[in-house]
Amino acid sequence: MKNRGWLFLIPAIAILAISAFIPLMTVINYSLHYIFAGSDPTFVGFENYIEVLRDPAFLKALGRQLIFSTMILVVEIPLGIAIALAMPKRGIGATISLVLLGIPLLIPFNVVGIIARVLTHSSVGLIPGFFALFNYNFNVALDPLDAYMTIFILDVWHWTPLVALLCYAGRQAIPDAFYQAAQIDGASAWKTFRYVTLPKLRSVLIIGFLLRFMDSFKIYAEPLLLTGGGPGDATTFLSLHVARKAESYQLGYAGASSAIYLFIVIVFSYIFFQLMTNIGKGENQ
Amino acid sequence: MARIELQNIFHTYDPSTVPEEQRQYAVSGLDITFSDGSANALLGPSGCGKTTILNIISGLLQPSKGRVLAGNSNVTALAPRERHIAQVFQFPVIYDSMNVYDNMAFPLRNQKMPEPEVNRKVLEIAEILELTDILKAPSTSLNAADKQKISLGRSIVRQDTMAVLLDEPLTVIDPKLKGNLRRKLREVQAQLKKTMIYVTHDQHEALTFADNVAIVKDGRLIQQGTPKELHAQPATPFIGYFIGSPGMNLLECELKDHKLRFADFQIRVTEKIKKRLNSYGNRFQLGIRPESIVVSAAPEGQDVDFRVSVIENTGAYKVVTCEKRSTRIKARVPEDVQVKEGGTIWAAFPEDKVNIFYNEQRII
Repeated sequence: MKNRGWLFLIPAIAILAISAFIPLMTVINYSLHYIFAGSDPTFVGFENYIEVLRDPAFLKALGRQLIFSTMILVVEIPLGIAIALAMPKRGIGATISLVLLGIPLLIPFNVVGIIARVLTHSSVGLIPGFFALFNYNFNVALDPLDAYMTIFILDVWHWTPLVALLCYAGRQAIPDAFYQAAQIDGASAWKTFRYVTLPKLRSVLIIGFLLRFMDSFKIYAEPLLLTGGGPGDATTFLSLHVARKAESYQLGYAGASSAIYLFIVIVFSYIFFQLMTNIGKGENQ
Repeated sequence: MARIELQNIFHTYDPSTVPEEQRQYAVSGLDITFSDGSANALLGPSGCGKTTILNIISGLLQPSKGRVLAGNSNVTALAPRERHIAQVFQFPVIYDSMNVYDNMAFPLRNQKMPEPEVNRKVLEIAEILELTDILKAPSTSLNAADKQKISLGRSIVRQDTMAVLLDEPLTVIDPKLKGNLRRKLREVQAQLKKTMIYVTHDQHEALTFADNVAIVKDGRLIQQGTPKELHAQPATPFIGYFIGSPGMNLLECELKDHKLRFADFQIRVTEKIKKRLNSYGNRFQLGIRPESIVVSAAPEGQDVDFRVSVIENTGAYKVVTCEKRSTRIKARVPEDVQVKEGGTIWAAFPEDKVNIFYNEQRII
């Protein structure tokens, strides 16, 4: 072969194979077998998939997950944009805001989970102490809503800065002339935002939206550390559900639910990407 | 449309904490009037304060001192949206999420104009700008020249526009479309009789667009006039060199008896000129345009001999760089005059085509 250029692709292909292709194929292989410790796996076709899709626990975890991700997107994206636009554009104020926004992003997931656990501890935590002032008994171990909202607010605190930083970078890249033109054209503040800022932030928003969707759909460490998915199954999100099945050696079930999980993430991401790339481009007006 | 007048404008970007005597002025003591419905250009080298002046006119910048008048009213303190001065920027500024029609309708809709009237105005302007066929097209799909036309459209669609400012509008346009758009700008100006101010460092663009050109250097107005005036009677040696391609030849000289003595040669002057010059002093700068130098292959009268060092052929004429020891001049030679590099030519400086500067000011 004359062209040896393809040799340079080997490291990339190897990394991709080890990190994605081989694990994925293993999972799919598991999902098509009935596996029980000590005996040989038996091929069962799509039986595991049917079992997963009929399992109320899986469907409930999926519903919980969809509601959670929707809440995350509805709150974090607008909040991130608002923070980015409110930030000073230059000077010491800009530096301070960037550092403050960066701090949550530097904290690992499990540490965030532990911080939350300490803050919400029923006897020594600050948050139950605060709610006690209003005679409200805040307890993440007993009240499903308390646990759910704690995880939600934790995620908003942890990840809104990412959206804000993306939007801030995008905002800095918009030339002043666009704002001057809008000013000269007599556009109101809202119209300037709607027709200048928002369209120019489109590409960073697509990235922010997809990242937050995929990440929130995979949420794992926080609910695990806070309540282990409880109380009851109130914070048993999809990833926790799948992990539990794998831990109890139901590898066929876990494989099938993982494959369905991945499929859902891909389909949603694709739909969002298409919608956001084509929305408001001015073709249909 | 209205007359735009700048009165004694000063502007500094230094904060007020900088002591008065240390402040750097981007614009100082500027007085310019752009008459109603005229095509004007503001011409100057990069960094001369053109954009500052433009922003002061549009209201994006408040001058440190001085007044801006539009029509007969003082608009110095007004915000950009209250001044009704439109602007076309260096690169096309369009609203990406709107189609061509909505882009042009935007300023009108912001004024809450009724939709049928918006429609009538937009169609009228689209017709003039030849955008009618692409009104429904997404504005992002267009080339830079068409986008720049939309920008222009947005600025002229409003009835109450006092003036249109064009800030080097052809910078990012493809060379092939540049000429087209330049003609269109001129045409629109002539047809709509809107006061337009074209800012550029490109003399060709300024001279072809405007009837009235103001030349600015280091934040000061140094000359204002028609392209012809600027070309024939530059107020300073700088303008002589800046306007025209190639620029004016400038040679230091000394008046002694009836002769102007240059570094490497001398020429006789008539009694009349000598008298004029004597009233000023004896050190001058002589300026002559390359096309005014009379070049011949054989000596005649008091011609000066030069050695030809470089010939640049443009097709219609040749630009010849000639040397005599340390003196170097450029002359425009018609195609039919034979010259060759390394050869000798004779040059004459006709007295009626010569400009003479004393202390950086034109006296003849």
